[in-house]
Amino acid sequence: MSTETAAPVQMLNVQVDGVWHQFPKGTRVIEACSQAGKYVPRYCYHPKLSSPGNCRMCLVEMGMPKMTPDRKPVVGADGKPEIAWIPRPQISCAQDVAEGMGIRTDSPMAKECRQGVMEFLLINHPLDCPICDQAGECRLQEFSVEYGQGESRFLEHKVKKPKNVELGPRVTLDAERCILCTRCIRFMKEVAHDDVLGIVDRGSYNSIACHPERVLDNNYSLNTVDICPVGALTSTDFRFKMRVWFLKETKTVDVNCGTGSNITIGSRENKIYRITPRENNDVNGVWLPDSHRLNFKYVADAHRLHQPTVKGQPVEWRTAIAIAAEVLKSKPSEQIWLLASGRQTNEELFLTTRLVNALNIKKQHDILPRNGTADGLLIAADRNPNTNGAKVLGLTTSKPGGRLKKFVEGVRAGTIKVVITMGEDLTKAGLTEEDLAKLDAIIALDILPNKTTPHATVLLPASAWVEKRGSMINLKGRLQRLNRAVNAPGEAHDDWEILRDLIQAVSGSNGLYMIEDVFKSLAAEVKEFAGLNLSKIGDLGVQVIQEKTPEPEPAEAAK
Amino acid sequence: MAYVVPRPNLTWKEKIYLPSIVAGLAITIKHLKRMLKGETKVVMQYPEEKWDAHMPEHYRGAPTLVKDEHDRERCVACQLCEFICPPRAITITPEEIPAESKFAKVEKRPKEFEIDMIRCIYCGLCEEVCPEQAIFLRKDYAITGTTRAEMKHDKAKLYELGGVMKGLVHKWNPKK
Repeated sequence: MSTETAAPVQMLNVQVDGVWHQFPKGTRVIEACSQAGKYVPRYCYHPKLSSPGNCRMCLVEMGMPKMTPDRKPVVGADGKPEIAWIPRPQISCAQDVAEGMGIRTDSPMAKECRQGVMEFLLINHPLDCPICDQAGECRLQEFSVEYGQGESRFLEHKVKKPKNVELGPRVTLDAERCILCTRCIRFMKEVAHDDVLGIVDRGSYNSIACHPERVLDNNYSLNTVDICPVGALTSTDFRFKMRVWFLKETKTVDVNCGTGSNITIGSRENKIYRITPRENNDVNGVWLPDSHRLNFKYVADAHRLHQPTVKGQPVEWRTAIAIAAEVLKSKPSEQIWLLASGRQTNEELFLTTRLVNALNIKKQHDILPRNGTADGLLIAADRNPNTNGAKVLGLTTSKPGGRLKKFVEGVRAGTIKVVITMGEDLTKAGLTEEDLAKLDAIIALDILPNKTTPHATVLLPASAWVEKRGSMINLKGRLQRLNRAVNAPGEAHDDWEILRDLIQAVSGSNGLYMIEDVFKSLAAEVKEFAGLNLSKIGDLGVQVIQEKTPEPEPAEAAK
Repeated sequence: MAYVVPRPNLTWKEKIYLPSIVAGLAITIKHLKRMLKGETKVVMQYPEEKWDAHMPEHYRGAPTLVKDEHDRERCVACQLCEFICPPRAITITPEEIPAESKFAKVEKRPKEFEIDMIRCIYCGLCEEVCPEQAIFLRKDYAITGTTRAEMKHDKAKLYELGGVMKGLVHKWNPKK
C-alpha cells in the first residue's frame, strides 16, 4: 500500500469486519474493503469514473470512534477505539476512509440491504439471459446468485422499454435490461469527452438515450459496452456471435499503433470473436479505441497466404528456402536491399539483423513508416507498433523511412536488383509495379496478397500478430509480450522460423530451435534486453527505454 | 476385522442334492411343454416387430428440437446444451431473427443446429439444461446411417423428428 511519493502518505487505521487495517489517506471505502479481501458488490462505481452513488448496491454499515466529552476516542478492552455504529447503512463508493472508521461488509443489515436492492433492480428486468450476450459475465447474474431470490414478488406488469436500439454504428441498447447505473454516461462525458448519452423520462420509465441529433459514434464507444455491468449495452459486432463462456482468453497487446494497448483476445476453435481491453495503468488504463479492437477480421481472411510459392507455383518449404538462399547468394551484397517492418516483433527484427549481417548489406535496410494522426487519448501518430524495437536493433535510423528515397532511386537506376520484404508492400515504399517487374528477384514474407506478392520470386506465408509469440517495445519504451491466440492457416510458419531457416540456408547453422532461444540470444547481445526473457516480461510489460521528454501520457488522459 | 462366517448346518436331504436337481428339471419340463403347446413366445422378429408400444414415458431416445403451437422455433441458441454436452456432440451457430419476422422480438435463433449422433450418448443433459424447453429426447432409438455425414442431424432433421410441443414456456407469447 506504500506509494512512491516524496511526502509520506498518512496511513489511517480502519476496522473492516472486525479486523484493523491501515490504508493511505484518500482511499475509497469500497477500495479499502477490496484491499482487505472483502469485495463489496457494486454496479455504478467504477475506479476510473466519478462516483454518483446511484445504484445503492454497495451499502455497508459504517461507524466512527466513540468520543468522550473532551473529544478523545474511547478505548476498548483490546486497546483499540470503540466504534459508534451509524444506525443507517452508508454507500461505500462515495466516501473516503477516516481515522478509526469501522466498516461491516457482511453484517445482517448489509446483506439485507443488498437483497433489497437486488429485488428492486430485478422488478423490471426481462428474463432473457438465454439470448443476452452479457450472460456469463453479467454482474446482475452474479449478484443475483448471491443476494437474489428464487422468485419474484412483483405481481404487476413489467414496464416495457425499447429493445434492440441502435445507439450508434457499433453499440446496441436494450433499455429493459438497463439498471441505470450511468457508467456509460459518465464514461462518455469524463473520458471520451463526447457527452452524447443521458437519461430521459421519469420514474420507472427512466431510460438511457442518445442526444436527439447525435449518435454514439465516438471511436471509444465500445468501452461503454465493456463497463456496462449488465447486458443493456452490447457490441453490435459481437452480437449473438458466441457465448462468452466458450471464449479462450489470450492476453496480448494491440499492434494498431505505437501505444501498444493491452488487450485480451477471445477466441474459440481457432476463430477470433472479440477483442477487449486489459487493465494496464501504465499504458492504456482499462480502455481501447473501437478502430483498434475491431481490426482483427483480416486475420481470418479467405485469401490468407498458406503455401510457399516460387514464381507463383506452390512448392515445399525446403525448396522455397533453398531457392531464396540461392538467389541471395548469387548476387553481390550491394545489389540487395531489405525492407523490414515496424510490425515485426523484436525477435523477428533481431533475426532480420542477423540476416542483414549474413548478407553483409549494412545500411541497405529500413522500415516503412506509418503515420496517422494522434487522437490525444490512446491512438498514437506512429501506427507502427514496434518502431522503438526497430530502432534499438538498428534496422532503422532515428528517422524511420529515411533511407527509402535512396532505395527507390537505386531500384530505378538498376543498382539494386534483389529486394527482401518483411511483410511490407513495396508499392507503399514508393516503388511502382513497373519498378517491381524490373527487379531480378523479390523475396517476400507476408500474410495476405498485396501489390507486391504477385511479383514475388519467392513468397513465404507468415503468421499474423495473433498467431505468434514475441515482444514489442511501445512508444513509451515499454517492452510488452504478444501471445498466440489462434494458429496460422495451412502451411504458414512463424516469421522467426522462416528467418531462422533462411539465415541457416545462407550462412549455416545457428542453433535456434525455440522462440525462447531467440530471446536468449537477443538478451545476450542487446543491452536493452539484458537479463530478460519472455516470462520475465510478464503480462504488464517492463520499461526498457527511459523516456527522454515527458509527453502527455495517453493513460493519463484516459483516466 | 476378521469375521468368521458360520458354516450352515445342512440336512441329509440338502447334502445329497438330488431333490433340488429334480425340482429344477420339473421347471425345465414345464417350460418345454408350454413351448410345444405354443404358449410361450421367445423371439421377437425385429425390425418387423417392435417393442415401441411398451416403452416407458421416461425413455431417452434421440435428442430432437421442437416448435411451439405458433410454429415458432423454441430454441433461442443460448448454447447451454452445447456447453453441457459431455461428448461435445452439439454444434450451434446462432443468428439474429430478421426484423420482418413475426417472431422478431425473440431476437435470436439457431442458424444451424447440428447433433452428431455418432458422438451422442443419449444422456439427456441437453434436455435438462434447456431454459426454453426446446430440446427433448424422443423415443427414436434406431439412428442409423451409411456415412458419417448422414449421422449428423442438422436443424431440419431435428425439427422433423421433434415436431410440435404445446404449452410449456409462455414467456414469448403476447400478453392477454
